Amino acid sequence: MIPAAFDYARPSSLGDAVEALTDAGEDAKVLAGGQSLLPLLRLRLAYPTVLIDLGRVPELQGIADEGDHIRIGAMATHDDVVRSPLVNAACPLIALATATVADPAVRHRGTFGGALAHADPAGDLPAVALALDCVFLTRSASEGREIPAAEFFVDYLETAMDPGEILVAVKVPKLGAGWGYHYEKFHRTAQSWATVGVAAAVHRDDGTIQDVKVALTNMGSTPVRAGAVETAVRGLDPHDATSLAAACDQADQGTSPPADLHAQPDYRRHLARVLTRRAIRRAADLEPG
Amino acid sequence: MPRITVTVDGVGYEEEVEPRLLLVHLLRDTLGKTGTPIGCDTTNCGACTVLMDGKSVKSCSVLAVQADGSEITTVEGLSANGVWHPMQRAFHEEHALQCGFCTPGMIIAAIDLVRTDPDPDDATIREGLEGNLCRCTGYCNIVRAVRRGAQEMGVNTP
Repeated sequence: MIPAAFDYARPSSLGDAVEALTDAGEDAKVLAGGQSLLPLLRLRLAYPTVLIDLGRVPELQGIADEGDHIRIGAMATHDDVVRSPLVNAACPLIALATATVADPAVRHRGTFGGALAHADPAGDLPAVALALDCVFLTRSASEGREIPAAEFFVDYLETAMDPGEILVAVKVPKLGAGWGYHYEKFHRTAQSWATVGVAAAVHRDDGTIQDVKVALTNMGSTPVRAGAVETAVRGLDPHDATSLAAACDQADQGTSPPADLHAQPDYRRHLARVLTRRAIRRAADLEPG
Repeated sequence: MPRITVTVDGVGYEEEVEPRLLLVHLLRDTLGKTGTPIGCDTTNCGACTVLMDGKSVKSCSVLAVQADGSEITTVEGLSANGVWHPMQRAFHEEHALQCGFCTPGMIIAAIDLVRTDPDPDDATIREGLEGNLCRCTGYCNIVRAVRRGAQEMGVNTP
């Protein structure tokens, strides 16, 4: 279908973008890569009066090394992220998960910041950002804010950002040496969203798991941190399959998985337990088991 | 209405467009480039894939205004001096199509794949084409064609 009519603004600086968004009022929508928004417009599920296109705002571009973290500009495309030597070296979980997003043509247009600001709990990147304790840098007409991932995702397609606020960049902490990573995604077809996904980072030392970070995709209205699993897995020998499986059986604790055509909640809970075990084993450099 | 300039298949155009006009509609309805079909309208099928500044995009999921200043290549711009692009020839030789509806997008996506991986194996080809659906062939001949096209592109790109 053809989208409903809207006005269009293409600011060339962050200041102009924030001003345009503020002036346009609450029915305005920010356009990043458009790979989620344009389908919504075409299906006439959204009717913004104005689109503010961030495609030519230089402050939102680029991926930079900033010491203890890397800074990924909100408008860096998924393809930029997957091919970034910096991301692959310092935060490989981001690259691994991003490579599973949609397909190559979508990854050429879709952006890192857009996927996070869209806050689809079935999207792959929100859970990854939550697992890694990323920090979201935003700008409005009045202030700049730093929002931790744990506070950023508020509800289904809803973030802690105000209507006049634009996501500028995301800080991804470098975990340093000794960490392994995996993103385990279960989906029906090549490009479909995750039925359930699990992002895991594991730090091994002296044969045991010293630290672990786990977050779940599509197990609620926001991405969910699997805190019970993290507590239960610390100190375990990853080769001890029985203990690891028992720990991962807590993966669905505190979740409210959705029901849809592809999976009922109890099936999603089962998937979360199995995929968490696989993700942790893979992150610990073992066969998925 | 915004005024945009685009180069499509080597020809420059300057057009006034409604902001809501999709790139695929600019190509088909305004410029007459009907070689790029519209398949699913939901960013799934990849039939409308074109190259935008050298990279594959689904032209149903790009606004014409977003393409302002860019260079677009459609399947119609691949041949040179009446000679098919090696990937077009490979699709023909390997019988990599039945109804042909997905073929323009398949060929463009395959050329994009070879840009980043000049010698892809079968698994890489299948991954690289995951955004393009074919409902006729079962994909086997498409994978064969892309392998052959990649080899011939290495020695003989027009």
